[in-house]
Amino acid sequence: MKESLGATGLLLNEPLLWEKGKKGRCGFSLPRRDVEPCPLDEALTRQGLDFPDLSEVDVVRHYTRLAQWNFGVDTGMYPLGSCTMKYSPKTNEKQASLPGFTGAHPLLPSGLSQGALKMMFEFEQYLDEITGMHATTLQPAAGAHGELTGMLIIYAFHKKQGAQRSKIIVPDTAHGTNPASVSLCGFRPVPVTSNEQGILSVEAVAEIMDQDTAGIMVTNPNTLGLFEENIQKIAQIVHAKGGLVYCDGANMNAVMGVVKMGDIGIDVMQLNLHKTFSTPHGGGGPGSGPVSVAKHLEPFLPVPRVVEENGAYILAEDYPDSIGKISAFHGAFGVIIKAYSYIRSMGPENLKKASQLAVLNANYIKERLKGTLHLPYDRPCMHECVFSDKHQAAQKIATLDMAKRLMDYGFHPPTVYFPLVVPGAIMVEPTETESKEDIDQFIEAFKAIANEAKEDPDLLHDAPKSCKVKRLDEVTAARKPCLAG
Amino acid sequence: MIYLPHTDEDIFSMLQVLGVDNLDDLFSTVPEDCRFTGDLNLPEALSEWELNDHMSTLSNTMAVSPEYKGFVGAGSYEHFIPASVSYLLGRSEFVTSYTPYQPEMSQGTLQAIYEYQTLAARLLGMEVATASHYDGATALAEALLMAVRITKQQKVAISSLIHPLYRRVVQTYFAPTGYEVVELPYLNAGVTDATGLDGMDDLAAVAIQSPNFFGCIENLQVLGQKAHDKKSLFVVSFTEALAYGLLKSPGTHGADIVGGEGQSLGIPSSFGGPALGILASGKKHMRSLPGRLVGKTKDLDGKTGFVLTLATREQHIRREKATSNICTNNSLSALAAAMYMASVGGAGIRKLAQLNHDKAEYLKTELKNAGFGIPFHSPTFNEFVVEFPSGFETTHKRLIEKNIIAGLCLAPYYPELANHYLLCVTETRSKNDMDALVREVKS
Amino acid sequence: MKEISEIHLPDDVRYAEDHEWARLEGGKVRIGLDDYAQDQLGDIVFVELPQVGDTFKQGEEFATVESVKAVCECYLPVSGKIIAVNTALEESPELVNTSPYGDGWFVEVNPGDLSEMENLMTHVACMEKLKGAA
Repeated sequence: MKESLGATGLLLNEPLLWEKGKKGRCGFSLPRRDVEPCPLDEALTRQGLDFPDLSEVDVVRHYTRLAQWNFGVDTGMYPLGSCTMKYSPKTNEKQASLPGFTGAHPLLPSGLSQGALKMMFEFEQYLDEITGMHATTLQPAAGAHGELTGMLIIYAFHKKQGAQRSKIIVPDTAHGTNPASVSLCGFRPVPVTSNEQGILSVEAVAEIMDQDTAGIMVTNPNTLGLFEENIQKIAQIVHAKGGLVYCDGANMNAVMGVVKMGDIGIDVMQLNLHKTFSTPHGGGGPGSGPVSVAKHLEPFLPVPRVVEENGAYILAEDYPDSIGKISAFHGAFGVIIKAYSYIRSMGPENLKKASQLAVLNANYIKERLKGTLHLPYDRPCMHECVFSDKHQAAQKIATLDMAKRLMDYGFHPPTVYFPLVVPGAIMVEPTETESKEDIDQFIEAFKAIANEAKEDPDLLHDAPKSCKVKRLDEVTAARKPCLAG
Repeated sequence: MIYLPHTDEDIFSMLQVLGVDNLDDLFSTVPEDCRFTGDLNLPEALSEWELNDHMSTLSNTMAVSPEYKGFVGAGSYEHFIPASVSYLLGRSEFVTSYTPYQPEMSQGTLQAIYEYQTLAARLLGMEVATASHYDGATALAEALLMAVRITKQQKVAISSLIHPLYRRVVQTYFAPTGYEVVELPYLNAGVTDATGLDGMDDLAAVAIQSPNFFGCIENLQVLGQKAHDKKSLFVVSFTEALAYGLLKSPGTHGADIVGGEGQSLGIPSSFGGPALGILASGKKHMRSLPGRLVGKTKDLDGKTGFVLTLATREQHIRREKATSNICTNNSLSALAAAMYMASVGGAGIRKLAQLNHDKAEYLKTELKNAGFGIPFHSPTFNEFVVEFPSGFETTHKRLIEKNIIAGLCLAPYYPELANHYLLCVTETRSKNDMDALVREVKS
Repeated sequence: MKEISEIHLPDDVRYAEDHEWARLEGGKVRIGLDDYAQDQLGDIVFVELPQVGDTFKQGEEFATVESVKAVCECYLPVSGKIIAVNTALEESPELVNTSPYGDGWFVEVNPGDLSEMENLMTHVACMEKLKGAA
């Protein structure tokens, strides 16, 4: 076997910002003063501000050392199910940092912002094409924000019809943001259970769909990595009783160029640019969650909308049925640039190829690890597959232990303990940017760990050993929260 | 394709393992009638070099510094960002990592965000700050929803001098909830008129922005007292975070929750996003806070470490009963703000804020001396309102042709304020820039 | 986690379906969470209790218990008015784990209808149910 990816190295300790520095130091070149001082009334000004005093060297060394404690996609494979941790092309970063974009003020007359507006207009069209929907808004700043936008659109639609419906059907496999978005919008989530094959059945939905249900919120492909095969019939049932179908498009990476959501009964959906469209995750954000809708929902989209008029682009506000505004300005423009660049770099054939290879990688892992890890749904998966820790229960090894040990092998663990319908779930999403040799190395690592579980389980219980810290006391952190220094 | 590493050989051998003939067969579980069999109608792929050209062309159409001298703030501010901050923010271990759910390999992000939480809390005079929200508008909306949850009251009063676009976001968030939003008018002095509160009861929150949309500094002490007299929570918002490098913090004035915008702290305008929603409260309300929180703890060896904590508030555990639906936040923006605050320091930020104030005062005085009306006499920070003569739109357009953007017209937001313009001066505008502006508007 | 046989179910309390216990003490009823529930939840980090003076019907949600990764709603086993809450749980939520029937108590209730106690399970019935479900 090749040498393990995980090694050890020199990691430096680094204190908190306020534990270093010296009074009088500054890391900011103060601009020249060319006007007279104009003191404010003392009653308005603060006494002082307890910030650390650091030189530029202090700041650069601080964050360089902190960065070295982190693991990113650029470090190694990061197979987090549901997150699509694909490689972020560096040219996208370059485009987003062009001064014409970074320096742009969002409220200037549109004649002064044509490049940005043109890009947004085109990008909306690209997303319409990929999703098969009719119109798109780029205003939501994250997937969950997009879900809320979608729910608000559904609410507004029914309100316009004169009906106040109170419920939304949410599958048991749904991501936590789904029921939370439903609640934020004043709806009550009504659960529906997936069948033994891990997908929604027509009967289960038909049983609960009624005139008081505003719609259903599906994820397709779902969080088990499976295509919701009955989606068209389910959409028909919901539509027949006047409801709408929302699709959480977080898993769009499985089906670009293969399925158009607008053609299979979806009325409204959000995309996650930081997942499917390669924008980097930034340690938790920023993301972007554009929402695409079918024609009958277009009037409800947030404003302003980018509109083409006589060869130029303007921002139009005159949409009386619009839900209003969901962000102060136009959305996460700096993120949108990166996704736009990605689509322009990939082109239509490579986007489809990306989905095909994402599905290939996931099925390959499923096939090669199914002997080692328990596979609750032994059927073809899409871009992610779900295992459980059932086989390791006899050795008193849990999913958590295997995840922690994977770090010592040089991999970020997959998503664990989600979806909730699989106890001890291990959700693996390699994405298409992982090569066969990296995936083979991941598979070997997992097999080695399963072996260690039998031969020397303490290696797992005590893992990780090679990171900046060992396992952390999350109980005390929650009992006695220390949230600021 | 350079981002797709699979060779034909790789694909072939992997398909063999699966016992499948070709890539299309991998989609056997997608029913025929769900399949799209055509080609996506998108432009052909560009090479990296063609993309550079294309994006440069788009970028060059934008009216930005240094060619243009902008005097517009209104929620998006031009400030200097040190090269060190941009450089450090490019570290791929920060940029390409995910939410730190596996803390052992994310200590970099976790310590950095703990530091951000601390500095943001200190800036605002509050006890706890979250790990970030999308922007100031959504942070304010979340702050108000939080107040409703805590007090169990169903009405909020918000100042009409809160940023008009923030108020629209609040209305959108509140539309399906059945909660009532009441707007407080403003006085001739350019600050909030809170007398209407006397007749109100059952308020969850009173929300004030300071400095407000007109750039005026509100009397938070008095307003906070009024809010508390009404047994309501006092929510303070802001669009220009730099102001608190100099001004008394919302916390010292009794703010219960603060929800505002941190873009001024090391984040470029970027056509309005990504931004940085800053949300903070006292410890007593921390369990009602939406969004992620990083906490300090120890590992098995007793070494200090950091974890996401109080996660039971959040959507992945509490689901429909969560304090919010937020998952992805604006972590990298928070990191930029922390780097900025660490670089500028306590003395530095005060000097910088003072410089902002003084430059704006200079322009205000020059315009006043040139005969233009300054309608609101309350003290301002780095923005102020000018009343130009009727027909100023023509002058405004002429100035744009000279690459000067002379403020934001207020009429679309406040129809009673025709010919009133909101001007902003930050440390990025020189005395020469301001003199040129005055010269041009006078002629 | 414990084996079913290791679960401690004292005989001086009655048990509700979702693992709250109730003990009659003089005219009032003391209520908490049983050993099975605390064991399943793991380390308890926070308990949200009602206010003194609140009233609930039997089966109404009156408290929530949090571990690091889970939240559990608690339902009042007998109707009544809350006359005392265990404020010690604010500083020391771990008492629910270490002493579920003693110092880890949740509330004391002035019962509305004492006959409701009869509807609750005895320790024998509760153990049978646990074994049956296993």
